[in-house]
Amino acid sequence: MLLIRCPWCGERAESEFSYGGEADIRRPTDTDHLSDAGWGDYLFMRRNPCGPLREQWVHAHGCRRWFTLVRDTQSYRVLDQDVVPGEARMDEEPA
Amino acid sequence: MKNRYSLLDIVRHGLRHNAHWGRAWRSPEPRRAYDAVIVGAGGHGLATAYYLAREHGLRNVAVLEKGWLGGGNTARNTTIVRSNYLWDESTQLFEKSMQLWEGLSQALNYNVMFSQRGVMNLAHTLQEVRDTQRRINANRYNGVDAHWLTPAQIKALVPNINLQARYPVLGASFQPRGGVARHDAVAWGFARAADSLGVDIIENCPVTNIRLRDGAIEGVDTGKGFIATRKLGVVVAGHSSVLADMAGIRLPIESHPLQALVSEPLKPCIHTVIMSNTVHAYISQSDKGDLVIGAGIDQYLGYGQRGSYHSIEHTLQAIVEMFPSLSRVRMNRQWGGIVDVSPDASPIISRTPVKGLYFNCGWGTGGFKATPGSGWVFAHTIAHDEPHALNAPFSLDRFHTGHLIDEHGAAAVAH
Repeated sequence: MLLIRCPWCGERAESEFSYGGEADIRRPTDTDHLSDAGWGDYLFMRRNPCGPLREQWVHAHGCRRWFTLVRDTQSYRVLDQDVVPGEARMDEEPA
Repeated sequence: MKNRYSLLDIVRHGLRHNAHWGRAWRSPEPRRAYDAVIVGAGGHGLATAYYLAREHGLRNVAVLEKGWLGGGNTARNTTIVRSNYLWDESTQLFEKSMQLWEGLSQALNYNVMFSQRGVMNLAHTLQEVRDTQRRINANRYNGVDAHWLTPAQIKALVPNINLQARYPVLGASFQPRGGVARHDAVAWGFARAADSLGVDIIENCPVTNIRLRDGAIEGVDTGKGFIATRKLGVVVAGHSSVLADMAGIRLPIESHPLQALVSEPLKPCIHTVIMSNTVHAYISQSDKGDLVIGAGIDQYLGYGQRGSYHSIEHTLQAIVEMFPSLSRVRMNRQWGGIVDVSPDASPIISRTPVKGLYFNCGWGTGGFKATPGSGWVFAHTIAHDEPHALNAPFSLDRFHTGHLIDEHGAAAVAH
């Protein structure tokens, strides 16, 4: 089982988390002019790399907040992580 | 076929203490060019090469394998064979495969131990009862054997099942022609038959780069040098995205770990294959006596051929709830494979935007049953540069047209 560090709650077992897949996929803004291929690319095509991947997790059975991990999909080791923009950790002073 | 196996052979070699059997296939060094190259010597890749040689006369063919033959998902699945899918496109593809299974041992002159002991898909909720009966009707319209079992009929076939579990068993679909096959023998049988038709199977030969020229395939760089070819068929399951990346195309594939496990060998106690989508578990008993148990996929992307403990714990909880008599059976081995999951739980057997490059992937958790059919249609696709009617609906462009074949209900969890 993966040991995942929630930015707010600390290290918890993987079973407390739900997976949100590849991060940084942006919904196209100019949807009126988007081709079928463009829609298909946004909806279905994925990088799926063998190596470092930026991915989304949510602490579903905890604080229920989203964050991003950089995890190696070969070794499963977490390399880096950050919070979703706009969210602040509890231990940080509001800006 | 050279060195055809026969009863006389068995007797003759038996009298010589079985010490003089020849190798079942060669281990050639790669030539510099081939008419077609298949990447991945799993069941699907070897079947593709076999049908290319047998059905389409394409014998100057190589199968490249980065590890050893049949060492990936072919060795890591739970060997279940069935064709009771919901949609017409899937049913026809998997039924073609089932028909090939039924004559496979004879065709390959190799016993793949295909055992048609039946496959039972349990229904635990009222909605699942309705969905299952709908699927049975769809199967029968497509000429696939399927019928509904009441709880009493299930109990008669599987006396040790607990029908009054936390999620009571309300009925089941049953496909008597379904069953299991010996996974290694499938790879070995196809390898031997393809080899005898002239196909070169080259192990320990990873593909490191795909060379293109003017939007067409020129060849592949491998651990054993450059190999030129105009037709490249990629059948690498969990590593499909890695190979696609080499050719500069994108796939709608995500690779997840899928775990399975086997128990210590027991006397025969489960005579059919029992699967449950609701409680995420499936079980059968191999000819050797061990219980073969499958789990759902692990949630995260991973190429590590291992998963998380709580996935198998969850599966065994369901198995013990359904079969209380197995609660003290010890598990012998557990493993993970990397499955290539597609958005609609249906495979992609297709040409690509690159001329001469073909992909056969997206089988997800249910590829083993399709091994012969997958190879058969993929060989046709490669040989004619266009899909067979059976796999035309499974092309890559369905993710642009929106014509998905959504088998999540019938196929997503249990195979």
